[in-house]
Amino acid sequence: MKRIYPREEVCIACRLCEVHCLVAHSKSKDIIKAYKRETPRALPRIRMEAKGAVSFAVSCRHCDEPSCVHACLTGAMKKDPVTGIVTVDTEKCVGCWTCVLFCQYGAINPDIERGVATKCDLCPHLKEPACVTNCPNEALLLIEEPSHV
Amino acid sequence: MSKYLIIGNSAGGIGAAEAIREVDKVGAITIVSDEPYPAYSRPLISEYLCGERNLEGMLYRPSDMYSRNHIETHLGKKVTKLHLESKQVELETGEKLNWEKLLLATGGTPIVPAMEGMGKRGIFTFTALDDAKAIEKLKGQARRVVVIGGGLIGMSVTEALVKLGLEVSVVELVDRVLSAILDEPASRLVEAALKSAGVKLFTGKTVKKILGRGSNEEVVGGVELSDGQKLDCDLVIVAIGVSPRTQLAKDTAIKLNRGIVVDNYMSTNSPGVYACGDVAEAYDYIYGAYRLTPIWPNAYMGGRVAGYNMAGKVTEYQGGTNANSLKYFGLPIVTAGMVNLPSKDGYEIISSADGNIYKKIVIKDDRIMGIVFMGDIQRSGVIFGLMREGVKVTSFKDNLLSENFGISCFPDEMRKNKLQRQGGK
Repeated sequence: MKRIYPREEVCIACRLCEVHCLVAHSKSKDIIKAYKRETPRALPRIRMEAKGAVSFAVSCRHCDEPSCVHACLTGAMKKDPVTGIVTVDTEKCVGCWTCVLFCQYGAINPDIERGVATKCDLCPHLKEPACVTNCPNEALLLIEEPSHV
Repeated sequence: MSKYLIIGNSAGGIGAAEAIREVDKVGAITIVSDEPYPAYSRPLISEYLCGERNLEGMLYRPSDMYSRNHIETHLGKKVTKLHLESKQVELETGEKLNWEKLLLATGGTPIVPAMEGMGKRGIFTFTALDDAKAIEKLKGQARRVVVIGGGLIGMSVTEALVKLGLEVSVVELVDRVLSAILDEPASRLVEAALKSAGVKLFTGKTVKKILGRGSNEEVVGGVELSDGQKLDCDLVIVAIGVSPRTQLAKDTAIKLNRGIVVDNYMSTNSPGVYACGDVAEAYDYIYGAYRLTPIWPNAYMGGRVAGYNMAGKVTEYQGGTNANSLKYFGLPIVTAGMVNLPSKDGYEIISSADGNIYKKIVIKDDRIMGIVFMGDIQRSGVIFGLMREGVKVTSFKDNLLSENFGISCFPDEMRKNKLQRQGGK
């Protein structure tokens, strides 16, 4: 399956990955409308981390053995047996945040307003994930890996 | 003849069945449960009770899961007897089922203390969908409810009853609520949230007897507390806790302690017989001991390990500890591991508090042993990950409580490994 890997040596902490992730998961897919008009606003599913000179962006690793899926109380969190992509069914999610506790990457973002977990879905509606496409410095790479699913 | 027989149709049983099917596409799987429903999310019975979800909205797996995976089910049937020698169980219907590999995923049974007045109408437990259905039927006639027990089950039923507009009193033996999974400051924050929702708290007290209604002694009319105080009520919910449902294994060769004793392959001492979930004493990596950790995620994960081993794929359980994420009355809380210390020796506590935000991390020998995060839980996953992997945190412990704690706070080598690790984990 494909996974997104950050390259901290070229990340410049611009947070454009977060911006484009939010837009890609908004209703309008329009940057101005997504930020100014949509309420509640979409949330980014990638998170830029910075400390001192080091920065990089973290999103879901779509783990081979996903703790978030195994821990999910309702069955909302699922790993697709074919694509390997981990997604959350927002109809089934009750926002208990058990997945937030069990994700060791801190890659699940609790959407407090909607009461559901949000996470990277690898942008199934796009050719490649918006964060990867829009990173100005190629600090996010989409890499095909042998699947263990 | 079933190759795999699973007793229990909740997190553990489903975890096992799914793992078996990953390895063995054809071996016959049979699931037996005394509950008549397809697997549902047990923690959601409170949402059922307050009308926020129906059974369909609570289903743990899609309704075609059993047929798609060729799983035979016997739902609504109780297993009455276990014969290890002949590898056979008897159901209350008289049916007999044979197995090659057996999984006991029977869960827990609510503890109901012997107490004067316990036979009256209007007394319920709260661990299964049928409990929620029974309470729901009476909700229109009830105004006041006494919940006995201020633990997880008590809090969850209390929240549902408050949402239904009922007046709820919680009676808790210990001097604070959720004492098993929270430390004192965290318990106090929950108590404040309870009180502002209108819940009356009676801590450090027990119910001595359940009283009848003046007009009809057969029906609940109130309770009398250990200090002589009387509370009027129409319903009593007994939420003291659950004990492992080991009945089937009693008087067999299966080794029992408080629960069924299992090894790191979720195997009991009886060859071909496995156990998982609330009924099993599996490895707890924080306590370094085999003990009950009756939480949903551990049931599923333990069930999964059992399933792999039953199907011949040797897999070791990584251990599990108590870990809960709660959201009572809108207050998000996560808690894991050792939160209340057995002694002060050798433990270091780092904590911070600011209004409704409270964070505490317990460290021993360089390693995280317990966490409580309230109000702001977003970074708790990274911390719990360090705890599970037993990572030495001394070199960066000053950052653990920061709002922006993350992988960027790890030492260089560890950070790079984490970010580049293939396949996640």
